[in-house]
Amino acid sequence: MASARRGSEQCDGEERGQARRGVNMLKMVENLGVSYVKTTEQYRKKLHSEFSGLGFPHKEEADDSNSSKNQAGPTEYEKRRKDHISHFILRLAYCQTEDLRRWFIQQEMDLFRYRFSELPSKYKTDFLHKNNLKYDTMSVEEKNHLKDQLINSSYSVSGSTVAEQDFYKVPFQDALDLVRTRKVYLKAGYAYIPHQDIVAIVLNDFRTRLSKALALTARSLPAVQSDERLQPLLNHLSHAYVGQDYSIQKNIGKVSLEQIDPLSAKSFPLCMRQLHKALRENHHLRHGGRMQYGLFLKGIGLTLDQAMQFWRSEFVKGKVDADKFDKAYAYSIRHMFGKEGKRTDYTPYSCMKVILSNPPSQGDFHGCPFRHSDPELLKQKLQSYKLSPGGIMQILDLVKGMHYQLACQKYFELTHNIDDAGFSLNHPNQYFMESQKLLGGGKEVKKEVEVSQRGPENTPSNGPDVPSTRQKSSTQAVDDMGDLDSYFIDE
Amino acid sequence: MLTSDYDPACLPDLLPLYYRRLFPYSQYFRWLSYGGASKNYFQNREFSFTLKDDIYVRYQSFSTQSELEKEMQKMNPYKIDIGAVYSHRPSQHNTVKSGTFQALEKELVFDIDMTDYDDVRSCCSAADICSKCWTLMTIAIRILDRALRDDFGFQHLLWVYSGRRGVHCWVCDEAARKLSVAARSAVAEYLSLVKGGEETVKKVVLSDPIHPFISQSLIVVEHYFPQYAVVEQDLLSSKASVDKVLSLVPDDILHYKISVKELLNIYQTEKNPMKRWEQLCRYAVQQKRTSSKKGAQYFDKEIMLQYCYPRLDVNVSKGVNHLLKSPFSVHPKTGRISVPIDLKNLDKFDPFEVPTISLICEELDKPLTAEEEDVKDKESETESGERRKIRDYKHTSLAKYVKLFDHFLDAMARSRKGEMLKKSGLFSLDKHDPPIHIDDDPAKCVNLLSHVSLSHYRHKDDAVFIRFSLD
Ligand code: SF4
Ligand SMILES: [Zn+2]
Repeated sequence: MASARRGSEQCDGEERGQARRGVNMLKMVENLGVSYVKTTEQYRKKLHSEFSGLGFPHKEEADDSNSSKNQAGPTEYEKRRKDHISHFILRLAYCQTEDLRRWFIQQEMDLFRYRFSELPSKYKTDFLHKNNLKYDTMSVEEKNHLKDQLINSSYSVSGSTVAEQDFYKVPFQDALDLVRTRKVYLKAGYAYIPHQDIVAIVLNDFRTRLSKALALTARSLPAVQSDERLQPLLNHLSHAYVGQDYSIQKNIGKVSLEQIDPLSAKSFPLCMRQLHKALRENHHLRHGGRMQYGLFLKGIGLTLDQAMQFWRSEFVKGKVDADKFDKAYAYSIRHMFGKEGKRTDYTPYSCMKVILSNPPSQGDFHGCPFRHSDPELLKQKLQSYKLSPGGIMQILDLVKGMHYQLACQKYFELTHNIDDAGFSLNHPNQYFMESQKLLGGGKEVKKEVEVSQRGPENTPSNGPDVPSTRQKSSTQAVDDMGDLDSYFIDE
Repeated sequence: MLTSDYDPACLPDLLPLYYRRLFPYSQYFRWLSYGGASKNYFQNREFSFTLKDDIYVRYQSFSTQSELEKEMQKMNPYKIDIGAVYSHRPSQHNTVKSGTFQALEKELVFDIDMTDYDDVRSCCSAADICSKCWTLMTIAIRILDRALRDDFGFQHLLWVYSGRRGVHCWVCDEAARKLSVAARSAVAEYLSLVKGGEETVKKVVLSDPIHPFISQSLIVVEHYFPQYAVVEQDLLSSKASVDKVLSLVPDDILHYKISVKELLNIYQTEKNPMKRWEQLCRYAVQQKRTSSKKGAQYFDKEIMLQYCYPRLDVNVSKGVNHLLKSPFSVHPKTGRISVPIDLKNLDKFDPFEVPTISLICEELDKPLTAEEEDVKDKESETESGERRKIRDYKHTSLAKYVKLFDHFLDAMARSRKGEMLKKSGLFSLDKHDPPIHIDDDPAKCVNLLSHVSLSHYRHKDDAVFIRFSLD
């Protein structure tokens, strides 16, 4: 599944072609990230060969002085120029929604991590200095004094290496990824970072800058969007990643409330099945669950009225009476449909979002079962769904390797009796549509599947020639902006 | 004897009295102005009121203390929430161009709610609390307070009882108020150990090396665990609770089956819960010696953490624009005032002793002692209504909590002053320190002056400085 995507045959003009290749590269980075553990040699090698194949720069030096013009193939300088062009076009394309920004930043970070790690040590230090990232190092006495704490704070430090290594004293705000995962020693607001973890700081800085830049770019979107030549290109590019935009309700009104129970067993991915079951059993879901499930239901075609009826009838069976429901919950449901507040039309969550953000805590049923359930419970659940022991083994192996979406896809294949799903799963609503397609549910749930998205080669997530039918009005983009900063840096 | 029996039906009658005579406005205003260092800090702050019948009004803001007073006395909110400091006045958020109205700063806040511990409490569930499970809050405060101070370097932490079943923490340092959303979530995640929802049984997993933060937290947990969990929560007395504990022992470790069987055998005869716990720990020690498997050797610690470690609502801490119930707000269900908690006497804090609105309103009508009467007469002739209000709360049970709040504010003012002097370089005797730096913002200079008394001036250029800043 990690094959490089073929370039667009119809590119007219350098920008389009470059940007297209840029998406392909990031898509490739994403696929590798799903298939390999990011710190392994295998991952590194694979990335390296993919880059060369796509004609992107992967050398630390762009020394064009000794590159002769007659040389066959593009020079390193030329590759870089193209890389830059594609990066900036993608910024434009991927600043449009929260989901797109999240995806873009994640892939760019992985790409950056790879490129930085490939640099020789000298260039790394140069890089820090050029970017104004200068920090104090710990003195020998300080190191001796805090030796135990330093050793116990990082995998990469041992008794013998404390003395040899440089440790940087960095305000904790500059090393958030290390702080978040407790991989660094913290004292009085400073993180003490061993030299070999310094990439974390650089990444932190990179993320901040890219976030800010995307926020700024987003602000200029209305102007860009008024340019008829650009807008289709941008939509086309961002479309290539998310595939379908599941907030566009083509199926609206095609599902009846009675169908939800049977559908949840047949065509819902595990995450939604779990939420549905919890809702029916407890007559309640906490905020995280209501958002994840509510938006999914909207995506499969429930109307606002149906959604309201669905949630109310379930909640009033529990501790909430109709009056309380109208006061406390109705608002947030209208909100989901863009009928309240900033009137942002919320998009159903993608797998990435479900897996990476807002993990469930006490009392929560949301999240991705492949990621957030105890393997033992997952196993029991799969057994109760009558999956074969062999199939369960395969799924649990994928889970162990942290390939949650692949595990889900395997589950799809097993429950739909097919060998190859023929799509790469990245969205719960995609799961639902593909399932319905297979089960011939077209009669009950009519979907207008775009013809060009069919076929194993040309799946929703990467079809390069999907006609761009959707034109976001600039007013809606402005509305998005209101919430932008609060959600965005968040990420 | 005064009765503290609170009846929610009386709330509409009590609130006007509370807001007119008892609410500590001046301290409240002093807190949220933060010394007036940044412009419009109080004015751009969002308040939201919950009125009768759950009517919720967001984006309230006030330009002065007296406007705040007037508005609160007019609206008599059932509940007050505090939000962020915005780029514009929240009350005018509709008039500014869409997208420019943004949350800029807020205290870093933590919300710990007893309902999140339902799977590990046997005494109560949901919104109920008792003095037994309150220990969980004590543990939470100890662990988080230490980490926020020692690890993150924050100093100004206001711990507040929420009024019903939990506690809030307001980290008020300037650096904390300026944290980005990403930084807030990183801090909250650093502090979170118990992970997973309803589909996770084992919620704490430790691996080598044990981070210093975890070791420090374990010291606190180990201190409370035997008495709290083993004795009071009957951790190892019934079959069900024993099963629950043993389900947390990882099942792929060496000799596991034998150990658990043996344990169950011993438990047949050994009924004393404390002894049972000791037996379990003995197996953990043995495990450490015999098992080469990484991570499996900490199951006793993991059990303790799962039962006692603070459970944070990360989403509350993450957002800059997230609202949190204000200190000195009333809890409509219990009638209790949301009061600051004295960390020096943390183990003695009893949520059931926190005054209710009915109690303190009753205390207002209590006849004054002769002595108090005397003072009152003298003062009321000369002083304004503001002073009278201060005295009003002073002879209610609210007084000691307002005093705590005062101490907190004083400490903050002291360190502000220290910072200010350091920045100005005015009193630095060290030649290498930066010289006097006159700020381009005249307001800041005046402000700076108001914080130092004239007798402190040592610099020969002081005259220049003063003239300059008053221009
Ligand atoms: S992989 Fe995606 S669709 Fe499948 S369970 Fe997880 S979040 Fe849901
Ligand atoms: Zn209790």
